[in-house]
Amino acid sequence: MTGDHVPPSRVFGAILMRDITVARRELPFFLLRTTLQPLLFVLIFGFVLPKMGMIPRQYTATVLPGVLALSLTLSAVQSVCLPMVQDFGVTNEIEDRLLAPAPIELVAVEKVVAGTLQGVIAALVVLPLARVIMGPIPGLSFGNAGLLAVVTILSGAAFAAIGLFLGTAIPPQHIGLMFSAILGPMIMFGCTYYPWAGLQVVPAMKYLVLINPLVYVSEGMRAALTPSMPHMNTWVMLAALVATTVLFLVLGLRAFDKRAMK
Amino acid sequence: MPAIETHSLRKVYVPNVVAVDALDLTVEEGELFGMLGPNGAGKTTTIGILTTRVRVSGGEAIVAGANVVTEAPAVRRRIGVVPQRPNPDRGLNTIENLVFHASYFGVPHGVAVKRANELLDRLGLADKRDAKVGELSGGQQQRLMIARALTHDPRILFLDEPTVGLDPQARLGLWEILRELHGQGRTIVMTTHYMEEADQLCDRLAIIDHGKLLALDTPSRLKAQAPGDTLVEVTFDGEAGPVVDAARALDGVSNAEGRGPLLRVFSRRGGQIIPALIDAGEARGLTVRDIHLSRPSLETLFISLTGRKLA
Repeated sequence: MTGDHVPPSRVFGAILMRDITVARRELPFFLLRTTLQPLLFVLIFGFVLPKMGMIPRQYTATVLPGVLALSLTLSAVQSVCLPMVQDFGVTNEIEDRLLAPAPIELVAVEKVVAGTLQGVIAALVVLPLARVIMGPIPGLSFGNAGLLAVVTILSGAAFAAIGLFLGTAIPPQHIGLMFSAILGPMIMFGCTYYPWAGLQVVPAMKYLVLINPLVYVSEGMRAALTPSMPHMNTWVMLAALVATTVLFLVLGLRAFDKRAMK
Repeated sequence: MPAIETHSLRKVYVPNVVAVDALDLTVEEGELFGMLGPNGAGKTTTIGILTTRVRVSGGEAIVAGANVVTEAPAVRRRIGVVPQRPNPDRGLNTIENLVFHASYFGVPHGVAVKRANELLDRLGLADKRDAKVGELSGGQQQRLMIARALTHDPRILFLDEPTVGLDPQARLGLWEILRELHGQGRTIVMTTHYMEEADQLCDRLAIIDHGKLLALDTPSRLKAQAPGDTLVEVTFDGEAGPVVDAARALDGVSNAEGRGPLLRVFSRRGGQIIPALIDAGEARGLTVRDIHLSRPSLETLFISLTGRKLA
């Protein structure tokens, strides 16, 4: 018999390695799923329409942070939510990890970490491609690399936690509904295609959208990438992202526990 | 120290289904212990509790020296679990299923690979080493689950209905594997609803129904407890109830009961009472549709304890 006690950090590392191994094999499909739509949007709204003169060139400065926010959050949500639905569903594949010698919540936390990583990877892929497609972007600056890193990781964590909650709390048969009923409006009201400050033309909307966590990701990307453009107060944005992460981690872990232990 | 001990173990599912009711069990180190009962008897729930995967409603369970509620990770470290339905990790191939599982238990990579190859050899899966798990047959997946449960060298192996859905040849193959593991001194706990399997494999058997322990002993002693009588089952074309009293009054009948059209009679005179049973039925306007005789066995003991058949 090998040593009796296994440190939880070691179990965590092993399960993370498993997810990295599986994700690496599916990388092309993963990127296609999560970055194609944002990149197509960049192509039309950041390249074709400005070239036609239907949209001012400066719009690219609004689009870039927005599509980054979009690819980052969509991949983080999906890379936790979909495996959760599948693993707890018919195949019950998650069972072998739930039998690992560590608290079962570790399995959920590991998924959130893996989801955060996948979100960051999607953002890293989209950023240079979008820049190439759109050409020079007015006001784009990489001087805030530290803030960019913090916003990216925090946003990935927040949406991976949301994915954990959705994947465990929503009955599997309603998961299609989640995409149209939750993610759809979230994207449209997420300040991805317009800056939050611009919403002052519809004041009610300006304050209603604040319940949407995607708003803080988009505005965070603006603060980091195009700091000279109008964007939300950095500290408010960071606080909202931390609060979202904590809230959905707590709700997600609770829902996970309910699914995992009969 | 026994391998497993439970005291007044209880599980109630919401809203009010008692799946396990005041269960006291002791399984000794090195035993091959069987839990026998019909579907829904509470066997799977009991295994779920002992393997830390089902919340306990009351009582206590100690597995491999650790409490399943307060020391769940320690219990998990010391047990291997073969589920009722194979649930391999579909993102990984055959050998990866074993190597990664071992890594969750802190087994060093080199040791895990060596052990995985040995297990695949032993369980006849060596040629499927790099196959996707979706390409394995049901029996092969079942054996993969056994291999997986053994990769971290557990003290106790749990198997929940391991032979359900296997063809007869695969079932015998699995029996061989279990005997071999048992021969190495490993404690094995399995559930089954096949009498023959329980009889052939297990050192001791717990007969469970409605979450309660009805009998617990070696198969041979349990068989000795079976009503020393032949079970005669007569199916009529109508309710058998009216015939029960007449059957009980017959010479050599130790007990009789009616279940719908089925009349069950325990007879000390074997099949000799059949003509009298037929007459008793006809006198009440009933015609016999079917007659079945069973010699004293685990099956007849089970029926006398629970009033119902196993499968």
